[in-house]
Parts: sequence; C-alpha cells; structure tokens
Amino acid sequence: MEYINLVFEEVYKILFLLIPVLVSVAMIVWLDRRVWAFVQKRQGPNVVGPFGLLQSLADALKYIFKEIIIPASSNKVIFILAPIITMTLALIAWAVIPFGEGQVLANINVGILYIFAVSSLGVYGIIMGGWASNSKYPFLGSIRSAAQMVSYEVSIGIIIINVLLCVGSLNLSDIVLAQQNIWFIIPLFPMFVIFFISALAETNRPPFDLPEAEAELVAGYQTEYSGMMYAMFWLGEYANILLMCALGSILFLGGWLSPIDLYPFNLIPGVIWLILKILLLFVLFALVKAVVPRYRYDQLMRLGWKIFLPLSLTYVVLTASYLFYFNLLPTI
Amino acid sequence: MLAHAIFFYIFSIIAIISAIMVTVSKNTVHSVFFLILDFISISCLFIMIGAEFLGMIMLIVYVGAVAVLFLFVVMMLNVAQQKNQWFNSETSSSGHIPVGLIISTIIFFELIIVVGGWKYKPELLNPNTNQISNEISNTHSLGQVLYTDYIHVFQISGMILLIAMIGAIVLTFRQREGVKTQSYLKQISRERSEGIEVLEVPSNKGVKIDD
Repeated sequence: MEYINLVFEEVYKILFLLIPVLVSVAMIVWLDRRVWAFVQKRQGPNVVGPFGLLQSLADALKYIFKEIIIPASSNKVIFILAPIITMTLALIAWAVIPFGEGQVLANINVGILYIFAVSSLGVYGIIMGGWASNSKYPFLGSIRSAAQMVSYEVSIGIIIINVLLCVGSLNLSDIVLAQQNIWFIIPLFPMFVIFFISALAETNRPPFDLPEAEAELVAGYQTEYSGMMYAMFWLGEYANILLMCALGSILFLGGWLSPIDLYPFNLIPGVIWLILKILLLFVLFALVKAVVPRYRYDQLMRLGWKIFLPLSLTYVVLTASYLFYFNLLPTI
Repeated sequence: MLAHAIFFYIFSIIAIISAIMVTVSKNTVHSVFFLILDFISISCLFIMIGAEFLGMIMLIVYVGAVAVLFLFVVMMLNVAQQKNQWFNSETSSSGHIPVGLIISTIIFFELIIVVGGWKYKPELLNPNTNQISNEISNTHSLGQVLYTDYIHVFQISGMILLIAMIGAIVLTFRQREGVKTQSYLKQISRERSEGIEVLEVPSNKGVKIDD
C-alpha cells in the first residue's frame, strides 16, 4: 500500500510538470509564428481564438484526426519507434530543471550531465526516422542532422565545462545558487554567445536547419511521416528548443533568481523569473529564424569545428588560469 | 530494497538479452540498435550502484558519440549485403568462420585469465571497513583520485588517444588535386571597386572580358 501511494505521488508530480510543459510547447509554436510574422510585416495566426491563441490546439486536433501512413518498404518497428523516442527524450530531460529553490522533480548530483546525455541521445530519433523511412531524402536529412548534432555537442560540452569551473558542482540548483552575486553571462559573455548559436544548431533551428532544408531535402527526416507521428516529431523538436532555452537561462541568466535583489522584485516567485528568461531566449530564437538566411553545410561544419571548438577551449584555459591565479577555484 | 532488486533484474535481463541479440540479429543496423540498448541498460546499472558520474559519461561517450559513428558506418556501407555474401556462398565461407572461432577462443581464454587472476584489496571486500562518506559526491571523489594518485596514468592515456587521433587523420588525409576552395577572408574583404569594372564598348568591335 505504501508503495502504491508513493507511486501515485510521483505520478502526480510528473503530471504537474509535464502538462504545463506540453501546453507551453503548443503556445510557444504560436509565439514563434507570431514573432516570425511580425518581423516580416504579416499578421501570422490570428483567427482561432483571441489573438489566434488556440491555433496550435486546432493544429493538434487536425494532426490527431489525420491518417497515419506507414510506407510499405519502411522498417515498420523502427519507423514507429523514432517519433516516440524523440518526444520521450525531449520530455524526460525536464525532470532535472529546477524551477525554484527546492522546486525540482529530481535533484540529482549530475543534473547537467543528465541533460547533456539526454540531448545527445536525441540524435537517435532522427537517425532512426530517416533510416527506417527507406527513402533518399529522409536518409540524407538524418545523416546531415546526426553529423551536425554530434559536432555542436562538443562545443556545448566545453561551454558547460566553463560554467562548471566557476561553480564546482554538477547540480543544476547549485549552478543557479552560485550566480547570486553575479550572473555568469557577465564574466562568460563570449561563451553565452557561442552557447546560443550552438543551441540553434543542436535543435536544428534556422539558420542551421539543414536536416529539413525544404529547398534541397523536402522535409528531411520527416518527409515520410504524417498525422500524429509527424506531430510527435514536431512536439519533441519544440520541447527540445524550450529545454535549450531553459538550460541557457540556468547556466548564464541566473535561473530562478530575480535580476535585482530589491523589495518589489523579491515578491515575484522564482518560477515567473525563470519563465520570463526562457521566453526572452525563445523570442531571440524566433527572431534569428526570421532574420538570418540558411547556412551552407560545409560552412556549418567549419563554424562548429574550426571556430567554436578552439574558441571555447581557449576560454576554458583562460577561465581556469584566472580562477587559479586569483585563488577563486570553488572548493567542496 | 524490493524495488531496487526488481529494477536491477529488469536492467540486467535487458542487458544480457540485447547483448545476445547484437550477435544473433540478421540486420546489421538492428544489431547496432541492440548494442545501444545494451549500453543504456549498463549505464542504468552503473547509476543503480551509485556510480552516477560513470553512468552518465557512459551514456554521453558511448551512446552519444561512439554508437552514432557505428550506426553511420553500418548504414552507409550496407554491411548486410556483404555479410550474406560472406556466410552464405559456398566457396568463401570456409575461410572466415575458423579464423573467427580461433580469435574468439583466444579472447575467451584471455578473459578467463584476467578475471581469474584478479585480486581485490581485502578492505574493499569487507563492508564494515569500506566507508562511503555521504558528504562528498561521486564526481568529487573520482576527481580527487584521478588527478592526484593516478595523474600520470590519466595523462598517458590522454596522450595515447591523441596519438591515435593524429594517426587516423594522417592515414586518411590525402591532398586532392583540382579542388575549388573559397577563402572567407577574400570574400569578405572584396570591395565594390574590384567587383565592378565599367568598360567603354566601342561600337561594332565589342570588348573581351576574362581572358
């Protein structure tokens, strides 16, 4: 009986986290389209509901009622598994994101490594989808995407090392608490810029959306997918984007901490601050999508390996030497 | 403890079954997927015994990087066809299977020798003397050992990896003739005056550009 109660409690907590995440994914798609339209002097989705807020809901309903088509020559098990894996991985990473002091589903010691591991697994959903479709465009798209994600993970990993050098812990709550005096965006500003660009590449967002470049590859690995399975890929993608924004705001923008530790700002709960920071980063993501043209593939690889990797490695050496020289290295 | 035991058996059964399926399954891409499942369940086992750092590093390095490259190679080379040719045709099958058997027996005996000759420190086997402090996390204690007692071994293994990487690059690097490359500096530093040339075109004669 005790076990069952424990399980129910955990399920309740998980639902309390997952449902807001899923709803905000739907809302964020609307925001993305509105920002995109705003930059191009269009209206964007504004018909369904007030300000078009219910547009994503209508889209989701449409996807649910559409037929799921499975190509005859595809590898059926893997074809069905791929979107499931993408979406699961995008959602389980939220377990370690802290929304306030102590407000976290799983406060594990290696939180940042967990997020990093889960996001590096995300590549499999795409590779499996592309390979199982048994078609040229999806396969090319998935190969591009895998190479791209593996390359940019390296620079993200080294940027994380920079932050960890200043914190001395892999726990996400500790990382936020270490920024009480100064947010890491100020001493590590170049790393924040590189993190932002790498996050764009990691989540296959424009200008790095080569895996689904419609002019060359139709829709990349999603070409053969339809109905709910396509929607799952799509949800997973946006959940990953939100996760990257959350990670950026935890690593560099002080997570749930308020910008100024003064009276009226103190009263606002940390969750609101975190959400505001995530939204700020997301609007930046959306603006970049509207403003910048797509990269060529060799330029993308060159940027990752020949520019970001040496730059972030140099910054690790600089940060470590600075901390060591001024005796600021964190101790246990 | 019951839940712990149940999870332990679930993960170990998945690990063993997927390890068997790696060798048994006909489609090579499927065996790579089973290999990945094996890695994941092994890292879950690591996490269950409290080695969370090792488990996560296992996921990042093996599943996130090494297995992706495996999958790449297997998908691109279409090994499934080659395997059918090797093992099914009657003329060439005799050559490969005995060699494989010999090598696997040698590796098997090596494993037996290594595991049989393994010795633990006596205080490690006694649970009373084996104190694990709760204040220092797994990652910290690993770092404290790795960068003090074993710093030379650690650096040497890093060197070996670096040499292996350089070797692989040198072996596969070849200078190709006639490759058109773009210089980014040249492209950015191009001025308008160099890009456009205004010519007087005499009538009935024309002009020649770009000889």
